[in-house]
Amino acid sequence: MDFKFTPENIERINKEIAKYPVKKPAVMATLYIAQEQNGFISNEVIKEVSLLLNMTAEEVLGVVTFYTMYYQKPMGKNHIQVCTNVSCMLRGGYEIWNQVKEKLGLENMGVTEDHKFSLEEVECMGSCGTAPMLAVNEDYYENLTKEKVEELLKSLSQPLS
Amino acid sequence: MEKIVLPEIDNLHVLDVYVQNGGFTAAKKAFSQSSDDIIDQVKKSGLRGRGGAAFSAGLKWSFMPKTTDKPKYLCINGDESEPGSFKDRQIFEYNPHQLIEGILITCYAIGAKIAYIYIRGEYHKWVKLMQKALDDAYTAGYVGEAMKEKFGTDFFCNIYIHKGAGAYICGEESSLMNSLEGQRGYPRVKPPFPAQNGLWGCPTTINNVETIANIPPIINKGWEWFSKIGEPKHPGTILFGVSGHVNKPGVYELPSGTLLTDIIFNYAGGVPGNKKILCVIPGGSSMPPLRGDQLEGVKMDSESLKAAGSAIGTGGIMVMDEDTDLVKVLARIAHFYHHESCGQCTPCREGTGWLEKILKRILAGNGSVNDLDLLITVATQIEGNTICALGEAAAWPVRFMVTRFRDYFEARVSKEINLEVANKVHSMRHTAIPLAEIKN
Repeated sequence: MDFKFTPENIERINKEIAKYPVKKPAVMATLYIAQEQNGFISNEVIKEVSLLLNMTAEEVLGVVTFYTMYYQKPMGKNHIQVCTNVSCMLRGGYEIWNQVKEKLGLENMGVTEDHKFSLEEVECMGSCGTAPMLAVNEDYYENLTKEKVEELLKSLSQPLS
Repeated sequence: MEKIVLPEIDNLHVLDVYVQNGGFTAAKKAFSQSSDDIIDQVKKSGLRGRGGAAFSAGLKWSFMPKTTDKPKYLCINGDESEPGSFKDRQIFEYNPHQLIEGILITCYAIGAKIAYIYIRGEYHKWVKLMQKALDDAYTAGYVGEAMKEKFGTDFFCNIYIHKGAGAYICGEESSLMNSLEGQRGYPRVKPPFPAQNGLWGCPTTINNVETIANIPPIINKGWEWFSKIGEPKHPGTILFGVSGHVNKPGVYELPSGTLLTDIIFNYAGGVPGNKKILCVIPGGSSMPPLRGDQLEGVKMDSESLKAAGSAIGTGGIMVMDEDTDLVKVLARIAHFYHHESCGQCTPCREGTGWLEKILKRILAGNGSVNDLDLLITVATQIEGNTICALGEAAAWPVRFMVTRFRDYFEARVSKEINLEVANKVHSMRHTAIPLAEIKN
């Protein structure tokens, strides 16, 4: 199935392109926008982005695979990222990681069948002073305790009214 | 003590509040002087980069060619991915306009018309906060073409934010430039250095967020004032991020040269349960760790830390109490560098994997005493043999932790020599050609 950007998104991409002397540097922002619209980076997305920015599909794929924040498969609606790097680990990061893993029944990079949740073990997110932490999509949750995580997962499981 | 980068003023992130507190007067002052004068003042102030290498900021600026037909660029490094560092996000959140003003002055000094602020992808919130501040500054006429009228000068520059997408290596300056150009974030071979051949082959300067946030006060209050704060060889305040086993983790802005023990016990509230300190990493995870009995009298500035056997790095202080499993910590650090190695250079790509593998073997209780030698042999052969400093960043924690905590690690491995491992250590030591010989 072909992928086409919405007119609004084309406008956003043009604003990104205007920041640079050439088109190519806008690839990172364009991929974010594509991921937002499509849910993940498919081969069709890569093709469309490459046409839009005068790049080869291989160049775009190279960017997609180099960075950890572009996903080549659909992730959950709530993508949970738990940091287990040293500062978080010293303050219970692995306990939080195991708790979320058990609760959702997922391994690293796993997605629940209903696509409501996915899980990722991430490297340092820059929350060392407010450790342990996890992020749900773009939002940080810091100074976590087991109770807070329990509550958070519960609130995310509830259907949206 | 006066705070320079993060002063305690309510709502300083709001443009009006920033202006009411003397905001943008430094830029106005700077534009009435020659660019050489500005570089000279920053040089004399002794300001050193806050991103890890502690290189003189003014000297770095002076490498930019005076006459060139190419456009010049400024990059602000806000990738902040070193485990233990979380200072730049405070500037994005609490004092973004001082960063913007610093960028204006820096662009003027080096002759750049465009500046990019590279912010790590995970910092969605801080990208938005910084963008909001930037939009406000544009609307009020402090940035862009409108600044000509605002400041009554011929000079103007544009500032853009470039968002990363999750790669530690993009904090390395040449990798950052490749990433900004829309490529995989591979570090470049130096020379040529960015000042000659940077973004799109044009002269480029890359500075850390905190470094540039220091510029407006230096211009306003003078280089003499700045050079007298803290340690003379590394003057100014430093944002110390304290994490791990302390009662009050967080970012503390203190004069350089503050005692490490003072930061841990007075500012960060000491160790919970009054436990003893086993280990401290003083500058982010890639810096050599110090033993608990090595902390007394250590001052937190570049020169003093070098003398104490470590480095200032990004000022991220990680504290570990006596109950910490150091093997687990080191294995986690090794996993991080293995994960983040970009894969260009064989010693780093393969070596970081081996370090992780060996440490996991020790962690599982299957290590032998010569595994410790193997760790040091592998680490030593990564160091100095890679394009960028990630090689050192991966090797240092392993080499120094195993050496400085030899007894601790020996207690975790079997005393019996594993002949297979011994063979490996032996053969690696004999086949490795010393760098000096290759150069001849």
